[in-house]
Amino acid sequence: MELMISTIKHLEMKSWRAFAAFGMTLALVFSPFAQAADLAPDEFIKTLCNSLLESVKTDKNLKSGDPERIRQVVDTQVLPNVNFQRMTASAVGPQWRSASDDQKAKLQEQFKILLMHTYSGALTQIRDQTVTVKPLRSDPQDKEVLVKTEVKGSGDPIQLDYRLEKTPGVGMGWKIYNLNVLGVWLVDTYRTQFSQEINAKGIDGLIATLTDRNQSNGNTQSAKK
Amino acid sequence: MQAPLLFISWLPKGRLAFVLACVLSVSLGLSSAHAQSTTPSQSTPSNPKDPFESFNRSVFDFNDRVDESLTKPIAQTYVRVTPSFVQTGVRNFFGNLSDMWSTVNNAFQLKPASTAESLARVGVNTILGLGGVIDWATKMDLNKHPEDFGQTLGYWGMGSGPYLVLPLLGPSTLRDTGAMALDLKTSPVTRVRPAEDKYELMGLNLVDKRAKYLDLGDQLNEVALDRYSFVRDVFLQKRRSEVFDGDPPDEDDPDLSQ
Repeated sequence: MELMISTIKHLEMKSWRAFAAFGMTLALVFSPFAQAADLAPDEFIKTLCNSLLESVKTDKNLKSGDPERIRQVVDTQVLPNVNFQRMTASAVGPQWRSASDDQKAKLQEQFKILLMHTYSGALTQIRDQTVTVKPLRSDPQDKEVLVKTEVKGSGDPIQLDYRLEKTPGVGMGWKIYNLNVLGVWLVDTYRTQFSQEINAKGIDGLIATLTDRNQSNGNTQSAKK
Repeated sequence: MQAPLLFISWLPKGRLAFVLACVLSVSLGLSSAHAQSTTPSQSTPSNPKDPFESFNRSVFDFNDRVDESLTKPIAQTYVRVTPSFVQTGVRNFFGNLSDMWSTVNNAFQLKPASTAESLARVGVNTILGLGGVIDWATKMDLNKHPEDFGQTLGYWGMGSGPYLVLPLLGPSTLRDTGAMALDLKTSPVTRVRPAEDKYELMGLNLVDKRAKYLDLGDQLNEVALDRYSFVRDVFLQKRRSEVFDGDPPDEDDPDLSQ
């Protein structure tokens, strides 16, 4: 009797495992993550950039720089592909470790708003640009890679490079953690800005300064309209 | 119209003043580095690339005021009253001159392909483009490879030295300031006679350069928490990137969020 029960249990377990394995395979094949896993980092950037360019070209609200629409697109199309926590941490520097979870969340939110304001201007300039991804120089097993691209439009070509990290786990894809525009790294540029504030007024001081700046940026934007 | 004329006739002195100011900025900077430690960022550990920060900050403020009251209004007027094809022609003309100097510096840096392409640009634009006014070369997919003498020195391993903010000319480094003297000396513009024409050309070059950045507007005020250090850090990074042709050695940093 006992043997039977254990056999049944064993069988159940086996079939459960088989079922689970089958389910996971299904999920991997059909979920968007599966596609991300198959994409090489350069392919990933190419797809992302082209889909963003497409959105801007077809979406009038986006093209005209409507802040609410930009926020939507950033939240749904850009941020899922960015390790924004790492970007913020890197810009804040060593002090990040001593910040509370609440402070970390606020820093990320305010930094995000500041950057969106910076780049929303660039969105309105998009006309007939195309993105060329340069040949990748990395090993397949690299966990962090540099993808270099060039944006060509009417003026001089614009150098736009991305640092990507492999998200741990199978099929989790790549995430951007730094951006280089015309030879200037975004995160590195903000490091001094942030450390000056932190050294003078602490982390809460930096949060307050960022919040103030975002508010006044928002005011000038609505004043322009 | 008084202001632009005044500005242009004032330039030659500016050039002399510029050399003097470089010497001054170094010597003054040395002596004031200790005396004026109470800059707006007194609590910041000083940046090793910017030992003359307090002096640089005051020149930065001075340049800001000159820009606000003189250079920017002139550039705005220029953009408003000049037909856009003239503006393009002016920009192309000065671009062609800088292509000439880029050709020489690409050769100095032993880059045969870039030297040849730059030379081809100059040839095409000077002969077919009416002395550089029409940029046929870009339409023929001949790419620009901008190089100046500061980049050549950097290419051969010379470090940039301390960061310097030059009166009227803005961000630079010790190396690039020295190199700029040669850039200016070799420029065909400085050979133009009579002298009035030369100064007019130099003034036009400056106005055109400023006009290029008018569209940026006040963005710097919006994105920077401290304008001075923002401009400095962007300038130094960009310059380093230019020396390595957009591919500087890695300065990657660890993930602090974990």
